[in-house]
Amino acid sequence: MKLIIAIIRPERLQAVQDALQKTLDEGDNYRLTVASVDGHGRATGEIEYFRGQQVRTRMAQKAQITIGVNDAYVEKAIDAIVAAARGSNGGEIGDGKIFVLPLEQCVRIRTGERGGNAI
Amino acid sequence: MLELVHGGLCGGILLALADPAGATEPKAQIDAGSTAWMLMSSAMVLLMVPGLALFYGGMVRRKNVLTTMLHSFVAMAIIGLQWVLIGYCLAFGKSIGGFIGWSPEYIAFNGISPTALYGDKHVPELVFAMFQGKFAIITPALIAGAVAERMSFRGYIAFIVLWSTFVYCPLAHWVWASGGWLFEKGVLDFAGGTVVHIASGVSALVLVMLIGNRRDYPDGAIMPNNLVLTLTGAGLLWFGWFGFNAGSAVAVESPVAGYAAVLAFTTTQTAAAAAALVWMILEWKHTGKPTSLGVASGIVAGLVAITPAAGHVTPMWAIVIGAGGSFFCFLAVQLKAKHRRDDSLDAFGVHGVGGMWGAIATGIFCFTPVAGLVHGGGLKQVGLQLLGVGVTVAFAFVMTLIIGSIVKAFVGLRVTDSQERDGLDITIHGERGYHL
Repeated sequence: MKLIIAIIRPERLQAVQDALQKTLDEGDNYRLTVASVDGHGRATGEIEYFRGQQVRTRMAQKAQITIGVNDAYVEKAIDAIVAAARGSNGGEIGDGKIFVLPLEQCVRIRTGERGGNAI
Repeated sequence: MLELVHGGLCGGILLALADPAGATEPKAQIDAGSTAWMLMSSAMVLLMVPGLALFYGGMVRRKNVLTTMLHSFVAMAIIGLQWVLIGYCLAFGKSIGGFIGWSPEYIAFNGISPTALYGDKHVPELVFAMFQGKFAIITPALIAGAVAERMSFRGYIAFIVLWSTFVYCPLAHWVWASGGWLFEKGVLDFAGGTVVHIASGVSALVLVMLIGNRRDYPDGAIMPNNLVLTLTGAGLLWFGWFGFNAGSAVAVESPVAGYAAVLAFTTTQTAAAAAALVWMILEWKHTGKPTSLGVASGIVAGLVAITPAAGHVTPMWAIVIGAGGSFFCFLAVQLKAKHRRDDSLDAFGVHGVGGMWGAIATGIFCFTPVAGLVHGGGLKQVGLQLLGVGVTVAFAFVMTLIIGSIVKAFVGLRVTDSQERDGLDITIHGERGYHL
């Protein structure tokens, strides 16, 4: 099991959700948590104007997806996120990043189920 | 039964023209009560514009909240000037054949003395001009709701200047100015059912046809960023609408506002309440949930519907008009999902449909200055009202098609796809409504 954390452009969220659902509904369970986050990578925020002054905000608004995936679906999920989050522009600074972490355990609270089936 | 004197503006306007300074004796006296109420009403109608900004601003996605609110605010700046410079002259200047006004001394209010009274009314002409100016401001801003989240700011500015000058001003002249051809025929429009609501609603629909749907409509889930703003806006609209409707009494009743104002005030309150309740019940029955946005929409639908009738019907019939307003508008908003035209914030569904119902209902239920259908007046007034509706729909439709096409060709109506995707706030205005 892996935990995938993907930070993407908020406007690509819908496309990424659709792509993940298509990929994971084949066999794995499609479940997802989304948070609205602020941060920066190579692109340090965006230019804004405040009372006539140009301000480069240090943070840009992003969406963060957290999703647990069984091993057989990790690569497929990554491919789906990359394709959908990059969109039609073919890749630009600010498109985001994906982190893949080992996932030690997963428990479904309602039933107490554990492991891959609980994802 | 109340007897309100309708019309009789003509002689007054001519007097004002002959004597712009209003200095010669004898002349009518200023009425303190009416003047104070008109000043108050004018400010209340202006407050509806930020109210509309909140109402619309809450319903769009957070990436477009500022541009949506700015559509209302920039109308205060642009039409606020256009009205003083030329708008009032075109709408309320001396009538040329009933189709447009023209009095050179009205340009930039240059020949309007602060001591001149308006027509045979006991209020200063300047307060009447200011009051009417607020109507001119809010009307194009209503249209913006239909094309929210994708109309270019440049295109919007060009559009409202042209629209206000070539659609609003002529219509206001036809319906409200003495000598206006619909006014002279006896079409009743107390506070703007045709001029404001049908005109903006129909034009909104035409503009949607010219601009197209939002890129995420109807497949993407487009959800409001903050309904708290929308409810606050609906509250301000309701409050301001007392100025809108009860303030219009001064233009109708002679020589001072009084009975017509309280009647309009009462019917406005009653219709809005009935409409809010009916929308809530319809929705509760239909979807199982009484929503806050439903109540807010009902309030606006009821206020729109009573606008042309406010000073012409009794409070009991105002209940029917308000309830009918919610019924027809609710239906129109539901039907939108079928025909897939992205009238984003339901400018046509509420203002167009509610305005048509209200204008026709005025002919059915009015008792003053003429008896409508339910008061034994037959179908005469209903026919006149239908004429007013038909003329307004046709005029607004054709003119908006022309003006919209011109703006589309020379300025552009729509933002680029990437601007729309990233949000208009950051891409056009360089700002965001919300930070961490």
